[in-house]
Amino acid sequence: MWNLLEYAAWALSALFGVLMVADLIRIDITYDNELLISSREGEIEATAERHEI
Amino acid sequence: MQDLASTAAGTDRIRLLRVLGPSHVWALGVGIVLVGEYMGWNFSVGKGGMIAGLMACWVAGLLYTCVAMIDSEVTSTVAAAGGQYAQAKHIVGPLMAFNVGLFLVMAYTMLEAANAITVGFLLDTVAGMQGQAGLHQQPFIVLAIMFLAWLNYRGVLATLTFNLVITAIAFIAIVALFVSVQFGASAVPLDFSAITSDPLPYGWVGIVASLHFGLWYYLGIEGTCQAAEEVRSPARSLPYGTMAGIMTLLIAATMTWYICSGLMPWEYLGQAGTPLFDAARVTGNTSLMVLLFVGTAFATLASANGCINDASRAWFSMSRDRYLPSWFGAVHPVYRTPYRAIVFLVPIALIFALGAPLDQVVTFSILSGLLGYTFMTFNMVMFRNKWPLDRIKRGYVHPFHPLPTIVLLILCSTAYFAVFLGYGTQLSAMMCFYIVASLWFHFRRYKFVRRGDQFTMPWPKPQGY
Repeated sequence: MWNLLEYAAWALSALFGVLMVADLIRIDITYDNELLISSREGEIEATAERHEI
Repeated sequence: MQDLASTAAGTDRIRLLRVLGPSHVWALGVGIVLVGEYMGWNFSVGKGGMIAGLMACWVAGLLYTCVAMIDSEVTSTVAAAGGQYAQAKHIVGPLMAFNVGLFLVMAYTMLEAANAITVGFLLDTVAGMQGQAGLHQQPFIVLAIMFLAWLNYRGVLATLTFNLVITAIAFIAIVALFVSVQFGASAVPLDFSAITSDPLPYGWVGIVASLHFGLWYYLGIEGTCQAAEEVRSPARSLPYGTMAGIMTLLIAATMTWYICSGLMPWEYLGQAGTPLFDAARVTGNTSLMVLLFVGTAFATLASANGCINDASRAWFSMSRDRYLPSWFGAVHPVYRTPYRAIVFLVPIALIFALGAPLDQVVTFSILSGLLGYTFMTFNMVMFRNKWPLDRIKRGYVHPFHPLPTIVLLILCSTAYFAVFLGYGTQLSAMMCFYIVASLWFHFRRYKFVRRGDQFTMPWPKPQGY
């Protein structure tokens, strides 16, 4: 049984890897890189809270 | 669901999702750490005996209570992904921030690798109990990392809800073992006679040496602030989740020491691979054995899961500020996760998990964590000096400043000495690595950083500037 589990573990590992990499490639092809890296730290903070007393 | 955030300038931007609450923050912090109760802490008993193990548990508990208080105050104000990295950037400066970011990535990636190794070891143990000797651990190590990376890739809410469930089960398992033994479920009675017959087998230096592994009870609780950009209310959720987390760990650590030290001789406990599971086996109660095995497995997975979350946020934040190539600073437009950072760190974790011995991986993780705690001490002093309490609003104000900072610095110094006693070469190698990395950042990388863009908090000017 453990031999089968070892093969299953390899197969599932490959599956998760392929799912991630395929999605990464799809997203990178579909969207403009400038949009994907457009997140800004200060902007998020400014919309959430103001540090004023 | 709003996919894109519109800025004042009218351009569309993709940002991380604010979907988490205090319970997720608790699950992130305790989830990373609780595996330390299931394994690792007990080497402190081996270094100095039962009393040294208990002192290490409480001294390290004091150290991490200071860490949690300091972190809660600063991060409730600097509510940005990257946690201590973002704090260092705004309060100390870019070079410190770069180093702190590296500490975080190294500490969490190494810890993730150590957890994956432990998953393989656990399954090997189970296979051995079923008569299957020589199990190949590699496929299970790889599967643990790949599955959790995929989960992190798909979204932070599912990831930390999963962590919440398995961490709660692992914590309940410790409480159940404690209560069961107290009510006589164990075939072997608790025996603390070694406290009087063999109190300090290696003398007082044994207590100092044991502190190194005492850190294992709490290492990683500071990871809660990596969720800062994804919690709905950072000023409330982060201090609440972090302080609840350290209280949970103090209770779990003391229960763990009590049960394991009472049920097993300290000579065995000091070198056991899975002390809580072994304690359950000593009780002779099958239900407790199954429960503690499940607890061990869940604690290990929860830790690896939280580490992937935190390491990727730190890497993402550094890349977003161009401290690293900006390509890694991308957010997934659907899942809203730092997907490139998550995928990039997978092979690094695999290399350490498959190619490095467990104790070396753990030591590098502890050392990187210690360097981060040392940074927190002067970061806190600078924060209070530059922005006193009446200058900016905090979600939490820690009491007795600067006492926790001083205590933290003293305990960090003691822990360095303790690590040096056992792993002096690794400590020196680690310091050399960070010095070389700092030189690279200063002379080669910082010219790519958009210097004005990185300081973005809507804070008033620091006092005296």
